[in-house]
Amino acid sequence: MSDLLEFKNVTKTYSSGLLSRVSTIALNNMSLKLDAEQPTITTVAGESGSGKTTLAMLLLGFTTPTSGQILYKGKDIHTLRGEERMLFRREVQAVFQDPFAVFNPFYTVDHLLTVPIARFKLAKSKSEAMNKMVEALTAVGLRPGDVLGRFPHQLSGGQRQRINIARALLLRPKLLVADEPVSMVDASLRANILETLRGLQKDYGVSIIYITHDLTTAYHIANSIVVLYRGEVMEAGDVDKVIKNPQHPYTKLLIDSIPWPDINRRWGETEIKVRESDLSEKSAGCKFSSRCPFVMDKCKQSPPLFRLSEHQAASCYLYEQNPTIDPGKLSDLLPV
Amino acid sequence: MTPVLQVNNLQVTYYTDAGRARALDGVDLTLNAGEKLGLVGESGSGKSTMALAMMRMIKPPGRIEGGQVIVDGLDLMSLSDDSMLKARLSKIAYIPQGAMNSLNPVIRIGAQMVDAIKAHDQGSSREDIEKRCKQALESVDLGANVFKMYAHELSGGMKQRACIAISILLKPKVIIADEPTSALDVVTQRQVMETIDRVQKEIGAAVILIGHDMGLMAQFVDKVAVMYTGRIMELSSVRDMFVDPKHPYAQALIKSLPNLDNKGVFNGIPGMAPALLQLPGGCAFHPRCSQVMETCKTQRPPSIALSGGRILECHLYSEKA
Repeated sequence: MSDLLEFKNVTKTYSSGLLSRVSTIALNNMSLKLDAEQPTITTVAGESGSGKTTLAMLLLGFTTPTSGQILYKGKDIHTLRGEERMLFRREVQAVFQDPFAVFNPFYTVDHLLTVPIARFKLAKSKSEAMNKMVEALTAVGLRPGDVLGRFPHQLSGGQRQRINIARALLLRPKLLVADEPVSMVDASLRANILETLRGLQKDYGVSIIYITHDLTTAYHIANSIVVLYRGEVMEAGDVDKVIKNPQHPYTKLLIDSIPWPDINRRWGETEIKVRESDLSEKSAGCKFSSRCPFVMDKCKQSPPLFRLSEHQAASCYLYEQNPTIDPGKLSDLLPV
Repeated sequence: MTPVLQVNNLQVTYYTDAGRARALDGVDLTLNAGEKLGLVGESGSGKSTMALAMMRMIKPPGRIEGGQVIVDGLDLMSLSDDSMLKARLSKIAYIPQGAMNSLNPVIRIGAQMVDAIKAHDQGSSREDIEKRCKQALESVDLGANVFKMYAHELSGGMKQRACIAISILLKPKVIIADEPTSALDVVTQRQVMETIDRVQKEIGAAVILIGHDMGLMAQFVDKVAVMYTGRIMELSSVRDMFVDPKHPYAQALIKSLPNLDNKGVFNGIPGMAPALLQLPGGCAFHPRCSQVMETCKTQRPPSIALSGGRILECHLYSEKA
């Protein structure tokens, strides 16, 4: 068993202010491993400010961690040079939130697909390049004739997002980081995009990190889930267990607030505590304690992860009778 | 009970270089006081145009071609521009998409609220106006201290609630909310929707919620109207819509929704919405429809009323009726 990607105690802090440094911990002591042999879809969920996009930026090597290491196939991604770096750039691909902002409006969509082919020398001739483009577009459920030669403004949001996935697929990636890929796409098209992502994992063996605040889609696409709140892991495990039977008060609140498209399943009764303006930034201990209905004295200290079952753990003192697990072993909880 | 809002045959056309696009193609709608209607549809189906047309805020190259919007017995389309200015906010209020970006960043929230009241009501004293503003803030769960704050000091959800507070200042009869929570996360979204729900009950206004999140609709509205290429394909009570949708497009829309029981099953709607410039003949949905018939390709289905206030535009049902 070898690791495709490993987060080793990664912390990322953003500082601001010239005279008095104010620092915000965006991600605190995160460890995560992805196996190279068994491609899986892992969801990272959380609300705005939970650190989920920071995680994506770190994964892609766009920012450096304040402490800790990110290893790709055993090597720190920030020490990769030359060919190794190119390989990393090729094998780790991203699909971003806004399908409107990533296209250059002056070029036809062919440009977006031919550039990576040329850059990574994927094809020897023009016809081979064309074949590759057609193949990738077909794989994401687009008719090449419909999209090739068109300008971005002539395509719908769903089509553009699928072209982005096709571009990533062209490079035969090992890992795809999808940061809110469907949040700006019409609900009726979401299903198509999710199905495409799912197909990538099944048919092409791509591991996917699916970053979202939408637990409904997370439930449908992922195998495992990590719930973040203000940079800390609140709950993690098998997506079925966590969504159907959440244990951490924060996860409960999140799941209670999902507007299920089901007339017989109403929004929960759990009251949303505290106005946001009353939240103090610097609460020590459990980050959720200021909003938690079950808060205890003990919560002034940071709770460790308690193991609830083979594939579920929560970072909450309500479960302190359960054995703790080392945060570095988080990945053992996640089923593939 | 007389309806508080009545829309008759509303038509909007955008005149572009490539031709005329009929964004609203004769829409009828009736809403009683206190009722909540959800307006759903894909991008380009005309739901935002509908909101803008009701506010008479369509800008060129768009033009309102005809129809009536009657709020509380007053036809907005017949008003002079000055009277329409007065009617906005006092009769009909609009919470735009991404409303948090519509707050002025260099003016305090309070001053923006006072402005809104003064534009309609010059008689009141300063203290009285300020009191009304603070009450409105209080009713959306924001402290009175927000009155003195700037937009950047508030979080996304708080800004959205501040916009709701502005929209209810003059107790309008109709509130139109265009995707009020599309940029917010689930917990904040629920807070905002519960806020709209509460203030709506307090002032007894009718609410039109525009969006494409069917989940939100199931939780919030009483009636749902499904739009497609500028027409209402089906309008029914929220329960009927979710339990037994009739129109094939509505059926596909409901089937595409993720639920707890159908993990890993994705039922997207095949094809894409047609461009408004080249609408297919007959029923606009026929190229994507799973139950298409010969008549659908040539004849536009008439609007038919079923029991329970249900309205449909589909040949499948017109034959039986």
